[in-house]
Amino acid sequence: MKSHSRFVISVLAFGYAFLYIPLVFVVVYSFNDSRIATIWGGFSTRWYGELFRNDQVLDAALLSLRIAFTSATIATILGTMAGLVLARFGRFRGRTLFSGMITSPMVMPEVITGLSLLLLFVTLQQLTGWPGQRGFTTITIAHTTFSMAYVAVIVQSRLLSMDESLEEAAMDLGGRPGRVVFDITLPLIAPAMIAGWLLAFTLSLDDLVIASFVSGPGSSTLPMYIFSKVKLGVSPDINALATLIIAAVSLGVLVAWIAMRRLRN
Amino acid sequence: MAVDNALNRDQLWRHVAVAVPYLWLLVFFLAPFAIILKISLADPIIAQPPFTPTFDEGRQLLASADNFKFLLTDKLYAITYLRSIVMASMATLLCLALGFPMAYGIARASTSTRNLLLLLVVLPFWISFLLRVYAWMGLMNNYGVINNLMMWLGLIEQPIQLMYTDFAIFVGLAYSYLPFMILPLYATLERMDLDLVEAAQDLGASRTRAFWDITWPLAKPGVIAGCLLVFIPAMGEYVIPYLLGGSESLMIGRVLWDEFFVNRDWPLASAVAIVLLLLLVVPIVLLQRYQAKNEEAAT
Amino acid sequence: MKDFIRIRGVSKHFGDFVAVDNVDLDIAQGELFSILGGSGCGKTTLLRMLAGFEVPTAGTIKIDGVDITHQAPYDRPVNMMFQSYAVFPHMSVAKNIAYGLQKEHLPRKEINKRVEEMLELVQLSDFRKRKPDQLSGGQRQRVALARALIKQPKVLLLDEPLAALDKKLRERTQFELMNIQDQLGVTFVVVTHDQEEAMTLSTRIAVMEKGRFLQIGTPLEIYEYPSSKFVADFIGTINTFDGKVQRLDEDSIVIDCEEAGTALTALGKHAVEIGQSVCIAVRPEKIFVGKDKPENDDDARIQGVVHDLGYLGNLSIYRIRLANGKIVLVSSQNRRRSATRFLEWEDEVWISWRPRSAVVLLD
Repeated sequence: MKSHSRFVISVLAFGYAFLYIPLVFVVVYSFNDSRIATIWGGFSTRWYGELFRNDQVLDAALLSLRIAFTSATIATILGTMAGLVLARFGRFRGRTLFSGMITSPMVMPEVITGLSLLLLFVTLQQLTGWPGQRGFTTITIAHTTFSMAYVAVIVQSRLLSMDESLEEAAMDLGGRPGRVVFDITLPLIAPAMIAGWLLAFTLSLDDLVIASFVSGPGSSTLPMYIFSKVKLGVSPDINALATLIIAAVSLGVLVAWIAMRRLRN
Repeated sequence: MAVDNALNRDQLWRHVAVAVPYLWLLVFFLAPFAIILKISLADPIIAQPPFTPTFDEGRQLLASADNFKFLLTDKLYAITYLRSIVMASMATLLCLALGFPMAYGIARASTSTRNLLLLLVVLPFWISFLLRVYAWMGLMNNYGVINNLMMWLGLIEQPIQLMYTDFAIFVGLAYSYLPFMILPLYATLERMDLDLVEAAQDLGASRTRAFWDITWPLAKPGVIAGCLLVFIPAMGEYVIPYLLGGSESLMIGRVLWDEFFVNRDWPLASAVAIVLLLLLVVPIVLLQRYQAKNEEAAT
Repeated sequence: MKDFIRIRGVSKHFGDFVAVDNVDLDIAQGELFSILGGSGCGKTTLLRMLAGFEVPTAGTIKIDGVDITHQAPYDRPVNMMFQSYAVFPHMSVAKNIAYGLQKEHLPRKEINKRVEEMLELVQLSDFRKRKPDQLSGGQRQRVALARALIKQPKVLLLDEPLAALDKKLRERTQFELMNIQDQLGVTFVVVTHDQEEAMTLSTRIAVMEKGRFLQIGTPLEIYEYPSSKFVADFIGTINTFDGKVQRLDEDSIVIDCEEAGTALTALGKHAVEIGQSVCIAVRPEKIFVGKDKPENDDDARIQGVVHDLGYLGNLSIYRIRLANGKIVLVSSQNRRRSATRFLEWEDEVWISWRPRSAVVLLD
């Protein structure tokens, strides 16, 4: 029954090639000895060495990691609450607005979100004096806001496909609603929450536009650093950085896949 | 969990669970739009912040619609908005043309292969978006891999200009947004009973007829979702047009950025944002409707 | 206690829709009571009101003298076995069963002891460490049952308990449920759409339709003395003959029945008048069929032709076509073992039944 037409298979092959070939070349050229990225000058790992001596890159990377970690965690908490509300609380006043606000950040063009948040921070500063210095806090707030949308959708979707009688059964047996959330609901949506956290972490690490709008002098995230160099053209040390990131992500995914396989058996 | 009991503590927790995310979003998502609107009605000045306050010393309203008048009358902006719509639409169609067969192929694969295929679709998504666009810069460069390959194969004699063209922007957009098209399409196709196609063929329909009569109508919700998920953000895309496009292929996201960072004209940038939002209102509402329908179908 | 469960004037409205319409019901302690009805009749809503997941729009529910109408589910002496069993997938069998006792904050030793007792009662002692996804459907059901019963509730509610089981398992489970109920003496309230289930399990049945009870009685009462056409038709199959009251005798009624082509007699006194339209109903197994004309004058006797037949092993079912085209359903046990069938298609036959076998229905 599962016939694979030649057309579909060839499109699949082309599609995956389309997705991955650029990355392959980035990795290959990161070992290029020549400074001019387009001419092969021999195999070398010097760009990796230079990378590790580059303070700017290391600072930017550290800042990005801190922001990603913090915003992912807060986004997971807020997003899980929102997902619970949307999946379990039925109709309540203001639900349409709530639902709309939850899903919009996912599609809103980043320039609009970035601009709007910066203007918010500027206005807040005019009115209250906070935030004085834009940087870690403002970027984290911005990332949390759009990440929680993704977490909410993932958690909500998991809750909707979960048997609702489980929570009713727990209540029937004597569990108060609050207890039931901790005994039953959270353990069962834990995988969704973890997936949401990972997604939020990735989105934060990856964001350029919004961070550019809401950051201040002295706080440069990794994407911002990369962008400033890439604007000037292709360069091999960026290739090296890219390869490291590709390796890290692939490793992370491999570990996760093996872990899930183990859990299942 | 429709238990309407009067136990105060549980009611309190319910209110907290709704209130916290709600307030966060009201403050950090909704309110900023009101602020953009307010500032779009101001004038740029050399000050910190670089726009005129809403009320002056005498508490008089200092709002003006100058920025909007400018946007609506200046040809450059109108063309840029139009071009953005066209480019986003083309990118969407490209994603659809490539993504639909891929999603279909994944949906029909065996369960274990399916998970691997999906993982491979999502994996690039997790690698920095910026770096993936950067990868294309290397490929499409005049002395980049594609040109080198074609010259080596003897297909061309001189390198063709791939970079800094509209074509490069299409490729970049399709490359970055392909997963956003594949995933919702896959979700819809996976739910679909593929036996239906076989039933149609059994009744005498050719492969193409079966596709148009059965598969396409049932896949439409996924198609709509995928298209909207690509079109809406692509409209406001900045990085791809900047890195891969030329100076004539301006998109509105870039215009907004330049007005803000280069010209330091915050009010005008705000006005650009508002008009962009207005253009996107219809697609965004369509998407909300689709997702609400999806929720109902799942319950 | 005759009204251990006392339901008075209970209604449930969802906006304009009336799911449960002003019902009254008394259930005695120790009964195995079934609420039987098709989908949408309101039985599940009523069950959820008993459990505490819905609050009645009007009316009261009392259990053992205590008004529980507005009590939350976790405060009631009522426990429920859900249709999907709702066994917690992330807990072992033992932890599932222990859950309710843990919420009561009993000492661990006590909990473990009672869990062991329960495991034995439902014959799952060897499975205590297993997770639900390693159990069969029937085993999961027993976990759900044990989990509910361990709290020694005054009432156990069961939502379509046998629906998901295959035939053999269903029969076994039916008897197991009845045994457990007998042993523990807990009052069971079962909600089901399956009349066989209701008939086998219950001490009494309430037939429910459109939010109201149509008849409440023992399985025998409901089957042999249905109060309306709907109930008669809902339980098993029945043949109905419309007609007009012709004569009222001392302890029987004679009805002029055009459909049957003859006058029919039904025993018993009924509040009817001459000329009133009524219907006479007879169960298929009460009808005799054969090639010879039945001798007994008192019996209803009608001629017909075998229109269709079905051989079921233990039974044979016949559809007999009368002169005017009406089809009568007859079922008879295959009491004799024979290589050939008793009757064939298009055989000319006589059908007959004793006057006592007919029921008069007014609607």
